[in-house]
Amino acid sequence: MDIFETFFNTEVLLRTWPLLMQGLWVTVQLGVASIVAGLILGLFLAMVRLYGPGPVRLLTRIYIDIFRSIPLLVLLIIVYYALPFVGLRLSPFASAMSALTLVSGAYTAEIFRAGIEAIPRGQFEASAALGLNHRQTMTDVILPQAVKIVIPPLTNNSINVVKDTALASVVAMPDLLKQATQAQALAANPSPLIGAAVIYIAFLWPLVWAVSRMERRFGQGAR
Amino acid sequence: MAAFVSIRNLRKFYGSFQALKGIDLEIAKGEVVCVVGPSGSGKSTLIRCINRLETFSDDSEIRVDDIPVVPGRSLAKVRAEVGMVFQSFNLFPHLTVRENVMLAPRRVRGTGRGDAAAQADRLLARVGIGEQADKYPGNLSGGQQQRVAIARALAMEPQVMLFDEPTSALDPEMVGEVLDVMRDLAGTGVTMVVVTHEMGFARQVADRVIFMDGGEIIETGTPEQVLGAPREPRTRDFLSAVLNH
Repeated sequence: MDIFETFFNTEVLLRTWPLLMQGLWVTVQLGVASIVAGLILGLFLAMVRLYGPGPVRLLTRIYIDIFRSIPLLVLLIIVYYALPFVGLRLSPFASAMSALTLVSGAYTAEIFRAGIEAIPRGQFEASAALGLNHRQTMTDVILPQAVKIVIPPLTNNSINVVKDTALASVVAMPDLLKQATQAQALAANPSPLIGAAVIYIAFLWPLVWAVSRMERRFGQGAR
Repeated sequence: MAAFVSIRNLRKFYGSFQALKGIDLEIAKGEVVCVVGPSGSGKSTLIRCINRLETFSDDSEIRVDDIPVVPGRSLAKVRAEVGMVFQSFNLFPHLTVRENVMLAPRRVRGTGRGDAAAQADRLLARVGIGEQADKYPGNLSGGQQQRVAIARALAMEPQVMLFDEPTSALDPEMVGEVLDVMRDLAGTGVTMVVVTHEMGFARQVADRVIFMDGGEIIETGTPEQVLGAPREPRTRDFLSAVLNH
C-alpha cells in the first residue's frame, strides 16, 4: 500500500467529506461565538482592571492571571465533567464555549489593557480639559486609537481560539477533529485526519499571513 | 473687580517632594497673566491644578468663576469654562482637524453636527488654517498643530484659557505664528494664564508677570516691574540666564 493510498485516499475523502464539512461548521460556530464573547468579556475586564475600584481591580487581576495559567484542556474537562457534580450540567457546545471564552477573555483583557496604556497620557489630559467624561474619552478618543494597536494581537488570539476548539472533541463535541477521527474509524483509513489538518491550515493560514502583514505595516510607526 | 480665578494656599506633593508650597493668587476677568521661572519651579503644575489635571492638597482651595475645583459635577462645570493648550499639542490623531475642533461641542454641549462644523471652520479660519480642515494632525507642521489646539480649546467658548508652554515644542520659525494667535486672543478679553519662556511675549502682552521658583511665587507685578526691574535676586539670576543664553 503506497503512501497516497494511505494518507490521501480520494475515495475515502470523498465519502467522508460531508462529515468533515459538518465538523467544520461546528468548529466555525464554536470559534466565532467564543471569540466574540471573549472580546466582550475582555473589554469589560480591561476596563475594570484599569479603572475599577481597588478591590475589584485586584479580583480582576487574579481572574486574568488564573485563566492565563490554567491549561485549556484542564478547564474544559472541569467544566464538562466536574461541574455536573454541583448540579451544573452544560452541553458539549456550552462547555467548550464557556472554557474558550473564559480563557480568551483573560488574554483579550491584557491585549486591550496594553493597547489603552500605549495611548499617550496627553490624549487623556486633552479630553479631560475639554470636559469629556470618562465614557466619552474612551469611546471617542482612546479606544479608536487603541483598536489599531490591538488588532494584530487580537487576531493572533482569535487564531489560537480557533485552534483550541479542537480540544472540544474530548467532551464529545462533533467538531472538525472529532468528525475526522470518527470518519477515520469508519473508513479504517487516516485520510480524513489529513483532510481535517489541511482544512484547519487553509482556514487559518490567511489570518496568520494577515497578522504578519499588519505587524509589518503598523510596525513602521504609522500614526 | 472680584477675582475670576482664585487660588488659596495651593499645595501639591509628589510623594514627599513638595512641588507647590502654598500659592495664593487671584486673577481678574480678562487679565492676561504670564508665569515664568526655571524648569521644575512648579509653574506648569500650578496651571494644571486650575482645571485639576493635577490633584492638590485638601486644605488648598481653587475657585473658577466662584465654582470650587473639586471632583464631581462642579469640576465638569469648571472644565467647561477653562480651555487648555498643551506643550505637546495633544491633538487627536485619528480625527481630522475639523473633527478635533468639533468633538467637545458635539459631545459635551450636544451641539448639532452642522453647527459644530460651521463653528469649527470659523475658528480654524480665525487661527489661519481654514484650508487644512480636512487634513489629519499628523500632516500639519508643529505651529499649525498648536493653532488647531487653540481653536479646539476655543470651541468650548471658555472664560479662561490656560497655556502650558505652548511654544516650547516648536521649531523656532514657528513660534511667531502661535504667539500671534495668542496675542490676538488676548485682545478679545479672554482671561489667559500663560506659562512661557517667551519673555518678549510676556513683556508685550501680559498685564501681570509672575516669577516662580521652588514651588513659590517669588515676585509678581507688571512686565516692566518683574522683567524690567526685578527686585528679587532669584528673579534677576533667572532673567540674566534666560536673556544671555
